Amino acid sequence: MRTVFEYLKALQLEPFWQQLLAAAAVVVIAALVFVVALTIAGLLVVVERRVAGRVQSRIGPNRVGPLGLLQWLADGLKLIMKEDVIPAAADQPLFRLAPYLVMVGVFSAFASVPFGMYLIAADVNVGVLFILAITSLGTVGILMSGWASNNKWSLLGGIRSAAQIVSYEVPALLGALSPVLLAGTLQMSGTESEPGIVALQGGWPWQWFVFRNPCALGAFFVYFIAAVAEGNRTPFDLPEAESELVAGFNTEYSGMRFAGFFLAEFANVYLVSAVATTLFFGGWQVPGLSLAEQAGDPRWIILGLVIFVAKASIFCFVIVWLRWTLPRLRVDQLMGLCYRYLLPLGLLCLLGNAALVLVASEGSTVDWVLRLLTLVPAAAVLVLFFWRVSYHIRRVGDRVDLDLLARGVKGRFHPERHRHYGKLASPTGKGVTQ
Amino acid sequence: MSEILQSSGERQELVLNMGPHHPSTHGVLRFVVHTDGEIMRRAVPDIGYLHRGLEKLAEGCSWAGYMPFTDRVNYLEAMFTNLAYARAVEKLLALEIPPRAQYLRVMACELNRIASHCITLGCIAMDLGAFTPFVYLLRERETINDLIEELCGNRITHNYMRIGGVAFDVDESWLKKVSAFLYHFEPVIAEFESLIVANEILAKRMAGVGVICAADAVAWGLVGPNLRASGVDFDLRRDQPYAAYDGLQFSVPVGRDGWVHPDSVVGDCYQRFLVRVEEMRQACKILRQCIAALPSGEIMAKVPKALRPPRGEAYAAVEGARGEIGCYVVSDGGPQPYRVKWRSSSFSSMSIIEHISRGLMIADLVAVIATLDVIAPETDR
Repeated sequence: MRTVFEYLKALQLEPFWQQLLAAAAVVVIAALVFVVALTIAGLLVVVERRVAGRVQSRIGPNRVGPLGLLQWLADGLKLIMKEDVIPAAADQPLFRLAPYLVMVGVFSAFASVPFGMYLIAADVNVGVLFILAITSLGTVGILMSGWASNNKWSLLGGIRSAAQIVSYEVPALLGALSPVLLAGTLQMSGTESEPGIVALQGGWPWQWFVFRNPCALGAFFVYFIAAVAEGNRTPFDLPEAESELVAGFNTEYSGMRFAGFFLAEFANVYLVSAVATTLFFGGWQVPGLSLAEQAGDPRWIILGLVIFVAKASIFCFVIVWLRWTLPRLRVDQLMGLCYRYLLPLGLLCLLGNAALVLVASEGSTVDWVLRLLTLVPAAAVLVLFFWRVSYHIRRVGDRVDLDLLARGVKGRFHPERHRHYGKLASPTGKGVTQ
Repeated sequence: MSEILQSSGERQELVLNMGPHHPSTHGVLRFVVHTDGEIMRRAVPDIGYLHRGLEKLAEGCSWAGYMPFTDRVNYLEAMFTNLAYARAVEKLLALEIPPRAQYLRVMACELNRIASHCITLGCIAMDLGAFTPFVYLLRERETINDLIEELCGNRITHNYMRIGGVAFDVDESWLKKVSAFLYHFEPVIAEFESLIVANEILAKRMAGVGVICAADAVAWGLVGPNLRASGVDFDLRRDQPYAAYDGLQFSVPVGRDGWVHPDSVVGDCYQRFLVRVEEMRQACKILRQCIAALPSGEIMAKVPKALRPPRGEAYAAVEGARGEIGCYVVSDGGPQPYRVKWRSSSFSSMSIIEHISRGLMIADLVAVIATLDVIAPETDR
């Protein structure tokens, strides 16, 4: 946005026209951010449903558009056309206002998400702080909706949410502070002349902040867990725990207002992933290119955008994956996790980082040793993890063979489908309850 | 908002109506929950929304004609309720059941037990926030439903048992399919265990929650897995064998401290969960033995067309998926039952909830209801 303003200034127009154009630019860019965030949230809804379908051996929505990717538009249209029910006993103004607050909280944060070099609406010098602060607006909205619905379940959901978000904001902030320490700036993106957090990292994994030292890796986990919890996602989805609180704070909402909450939740998932990518995983940096080279060619900027989206998508996938795998924590366990584990760990990582920044100046031998000490075990753990996953897939197999069914092989006991079990040493295996 | 805060003593209580329509009450069932924040002071079950008068209906049916109604006592345990009623009437008639029918009864019941436990275990996981295991287990149940459909034509309300035997015989191909299913299902149990049973979050949610000591369990009349989880080693199949259970080898899982998770204690929600997992494995074992030992011969005893049991009364109980299902029948020598009374496990499980829910959190109530495996229609009948 500043680039736009500078360009406008350079036009040397009369002050009136200049201000008008500037205002128009603000509106256009804001609308652009909103549309981009909305599209991302909508697509993420479809992706989540498809991934969930795959996880649960189902297909998921695949009728609207290619691969079902336009399903969110169909759903959105349906929700717009639905009747907007407001309970008679609800506190009308607050009830109407609440979803907007939640949406504003999340969507405004997208203004400071660096999708690529220059591809950031507002690269303010307090970017990290801005994102962490503005997302808290959602709490107010959730609390408001819980109160205004005049429904006990909503109220409980609202209270849970407020307690949860306020608590988890602390470790999230502590986690996010480590890269700020390493970078020495709060600016998210940056350019060569004015380096921000992304610009100070590099394209290769060993240049990312997350592998700078073990404390940074710890800080990443603290941030990621806390941010997932802040976003009310499973295993931390207590405010809308379906089996306990019916639907929590949004029980009474329907139609477009419900869609507001829904899209805000998914936009938040992407936001969490995007911030993690930016702070810890090198953001839009293209491996092997200097900042000047990347700035010189729009194609590199586009490639940076692709790299950024790919990295963020991986985190989105992890969050979706967690949701469809894990059960939910109880309120006291949730608070225990925050205050007994994440908070001390976050502080420790922050202090460790502060110390290591002093000890290991960038490029020194100590620095490289630290990077190796972080990167090698992390890579080993990842390799081990994928080996285990593939082992389990080979062992038990992907049992729902929809292709065979589609080819007309009916019946669930087709020998071809059950060939995997022949490889087991004993059909029972050794179960844990035995 | 002031009207929802009801003053009670010095502190204010929030009175929540959990149900009759609520995602985790599994059917139409209401709990009046008095809470202080997230902590429950009391949770009072309110039943009766699903009363269908199944006992009274019997008095208008012929003896044999009541069989389809017994399917509806508990929609997850039709085989067991069928069998309980059939056995009670057979006691009145003093019938000798052919061995093949006895084995078929056991097979049908054990398949039903697995299907029922699939739903229960899946629902427990779902109520605690993990949706995926429910879907996996429902898929397995679907396979069992297919098998049972092939056996008797019905998927849920089986109506398979008859007074004097069973309705349909099986052939070699059906037995092969059951074997194939077992071969497929036992690894599924192992997969389920590695996926969710040993999950730390799930274990922590249930371990030490809603503990029922053995004395309480007996006093409140808990039966089946709930009773065994409290450390009482009692199983009708072993202790009062009926049908073909006398000749079958199986073990009866009983709760023990530190089972799977160190925090787990006898009688808590987690033990009730684990007992059911292990029971599925034992059911597979029983089914394998039945397939191997299935005798040939008749599937029905010689039963007169018009049943008129002699004047008298009889009680027969079977070990259902939720424990003892008792059927008490009284005959006045006429063509219709004079009285039929059901003893259902869900009713006693329901009654203990108020006792153990004090001081738990709202989220724990969900775990307690789910692991006690309360089925609302069975409670009301």
